[in-house]
Amino acid sequence: MKKKVKKIKIKLNGKIKLIPEKIKMSDLIKRFKIPINKVAIELNHEIIDKKNINKINIKKNDTLEIVHFIGGG
Amino acid sequence: MGVKLKKDKLIIANQKFDSRLIVGTGKYKNMSECAKAVKLSGANIVTVAVRRVNISDKKKPLLMDYIDPKKITYLPNTAGCFNSEEALRTLRLARDIGGWNLVKLEVLGDKKNLFPDMIETIKSTEVLANEGFKIMVYCTDDPLMAKRLENSGASAIMPLAAPIGSGLGIQNKINIKIIRDQTKLPLIIDAGLGQASDAVIAMELGCDGVLVNTAIAKAKKPYEMALAFKNGVIAGRQSYLAGRINRTLSGGPSSPFEGII
Repeated sequence: MKKKVKKIKIKLNGKIKLIPEKIKMSDLIKRFKIPINKVAIELNHEIIDKKNINKINIKKNDTLEIVHFIGGG
Repeated sequence: MGVKLKKDKLIIANQKFDSRLIVGTGKYKNMSECAKAVKLSGANIVTVAVRRVNISDKKKPLLMDYIDPKKITYLPNTAGCFNSEEALRTLRLARDIGGWNLVKLEVLGDKKNLFPDMIETIKSTEVLANEGFKIMVYCTDDPLMAKRLENSGASAIMPLAAPIGSGLGIQNKINIKIIRDQTKLPLIIDAGLGQASDAVIAMELGCDGVLVNTAIAKAKKPYEMALAFKNGVIAGRQSYLAGRINRTLSGGPSSPFEGII
């Protein structure tokens, strides 16, 4: 039987999300279908270099903000 | 034969633009209406806001799919920021999206009239200039504050004509003229315009450009108004460059008296 993956709680764009533990930032990006070239990402209030997304591990209680451009004056 | 006008470009932080009209991309019914209005306006620069990606609705259309940032310069703004910290955070993120250094700073201080908080604005300008940003700054029409902004490292001064979205037109022409005469920086009227003639007036006062959003997006016919503003900016600029006649209180006939019957 497949071992049940433990989940961790993170805050993504203001919302609590449960994601599998030991997930990388790049997996998270894929999971939420984020167009990486059109966004900026803040991890715990620090902008991350998008080149490093497969080196960054998501940890319990991390706060992520993913932003993009929308219409504005 | 038509009159050949000299190549007259808008230059901001060493970047050259053909159009002196900058348009906002907010308040449209949908993205395609926005994209068409932008195209008709002839604008080379559009302002955009930085907001959270909608993670629950992945099919939501993206602005970049409608307006190509390789063809039109995106000017990220800090709309909705009420202090320096929020504004800096927003623009640092904006720069990271696509390497934009040219940004619009707007730090609001008053929720009712959306007037800029000039103390926070000047503070933010200094920090951003030190970080290599080229900052176009939304500001009050106070010549002293405009001077301070210039000294803080702004790349363009953008005083309001009237409150954002009010459509009232330029309320203080004298201040705009004073700011024009004291600065060599690009001077762009940002906010408060209501119709194309307001853009003509701004350009005739010697402004380098105008930034318009609501007046186009919320016009009964946005496409027609986009064109009207395009033409208004061109007419106003040409009128300014042509040099108007002096004002006199007495009349002067346009036809000669000589040879009168």
